[in-house]
Parts: sequence; C-alpha cells; structure tokens
Amino acid sequence: MIPLSDFLIVSAGLFCTGLYIILSKHNAIQILIGIELMLNAAVLNLVAFGKFDRLNNGGQLFALFAIVLAAATTAVALAIILNVYKKYKTIDPGKIDELRD
Amino acid sequence: MTMAQALFYLMAFIALASALFVAASKSLVRSVFMFFVTLMALAGLYVLALADFIAITQIVIYIGGILVLILFAFMLSGRETLANLQQQDNRFISIGKLPALLLAVVFFMVMINILFKTDVNHLLWLSKAIAHKNVFSPSDATVSNIGINLMTRYLLPFEAMSILLMMALIGAAHLSRKEKKA
Repeated sequence: MIPLSDFLIVSAGLFCTGLYIILSKHNAIQILIGIELMLNAAVLNLVAFGKFDRLNNGGQLFALFAIVLAAATTAVALAIILNVYKKYKTIDPGKIDELRD
Repeated sequence: MTMAQALFYLMAFIALASALFVAASKSLVRSVFMFFVTLMALAGLYVLALADFIAITQIVIYIGGILVLILFAFMLSGRETLANLQQQDNRFISIGKLPALLLAVVFFMVMINILFKTDVNHLLWLSKAIAHKNVFSPSDATVSNIGINLMTRYLLPFEAMSILLMMALIGAAHLSRKEKKA
C-alpha cells in the first residue's frame, strides 16, 4: 500500500513548481499552465484523500468538479488572452499597463 | 517493494521532473508538450490512488480539451510572440527570478513541515474509515457508485457546475466575437 504522505509530498512539489512558474514567467499562456499545474496538485490531494471515502465518493467527485471547473476557466482565460493580444500585440502581463481604450 | 509502489515512485518522478522542465524550458512549445507528459503521469497517479474514473476524465478533459485549446491559442497569437519569447533571457536561475524561486522553496518547506507535524498517515478520521472498512480496495468497481452519488447526494454541486459551464460557454463566445462598429 502506498502511504498517503507520499501522495501529499508529490502534490506539494507540483504546487510549488506551479507557483514558481506563475511568479517567474513573462507570458500569459505560461502563467495559465502554472495555474493548471496548481489545480492538478489540488486534485491529486482530493483523490488521495478520497480513497478513504468509499460510500460517498466525496473526494473523487469534487476532484471531478475541479477538473470541469478548470476546463471552463481555461476556455474563458484563453479568449481573454486572444483579445488582449489583438489589442496590445503582446501577452506579457507586465507590459499591459493601460486601462483606457 | 511491490509493483504498485515501484510504479508510484516512477510516476511521481516523471510528474515532478516534467513539471520542473516546464518551469525551466526556454521555448513555449516545448513546455506545453512537456506539460502533456505531466498530465499523463498525474493520470497514472490517480489510477494508483484507486480513482480510475478520475484518471480517464483527466485524460479526456485535460489532454483532449485544455491542452489542445492552449496550443490553439498559442498558434493564433502569432509569430511575433514566438520570436520575442525565444530572445528573452530564460535561464532557470537569474537575479530577476530569485524572489520567485525563494518564495516557492519556502512555501514547499512550510507545506512539508505541516505535513509531518500533523502526522497525516494516522489522522483520526482515516483510522475510523479503515476501521469501518470505508476504504477502496483495488478490486472494487467504483464507477457505478460514482454515478449514483452524482445523481443523489451531490446533485446540487452538479447542477451548479452545469450553470457555470453554460456561463463560461456564453462568456467565451461573447469575448471572442467579431467587434461591430458601435
């Protein structure tokens, strides 16, 4: 049997990698990838704890909900990124610094 | 060491290594394809946590949907960004990235510390679940139980999720429509 703490250590590593990607990259798409990585780390935690809930499937079902939520937010975020690119010709979040149109 | 354990550590290594490669990679396309490997390894980890349905969903939605969407947006956002990305200074460790690296490492240490302080393998509710035989065993068929629970106990979050999906669909269509001259 694989101990629960091993799952949690892997998940913590993935989460911190995602955090590093978000903080250090200058490209909106890469930042989105970092967010997805952090979401996946959270889903791994849900699934690992969900092993101990056979009757109600709490962890697994909320992992499912989190995956669907990630899909929906990614679609909207990519539409926003494409619009920003059309307007500013760059997707570096540090360079998009004016609000008026 | 059993087969499952060996597979677990292999998958964990692949997931972490490819995630680090995504963080360190110079080119965006390469990091997107490495992210593909990370997601596959994570699906393998879900299988080893006895959640086979979640693993299949992960492959279908993440790899079939999100990753293709990211590649699509990337191809649409043009050649110039690609050229800009190649030029920028992208070493893994440089002065500008030191704070990000520091924060990530410290956060990791905090999480590991908490994990060992709480003694996660012997939590009260976990030992209760084991005592009541409320634990998945590898021979269980889980999918029918998931379906029943989705339609009874978790019906409200399910419906909320469907409304949210509809909102996201309308929002994405609204954002990406052609601008009319007002």
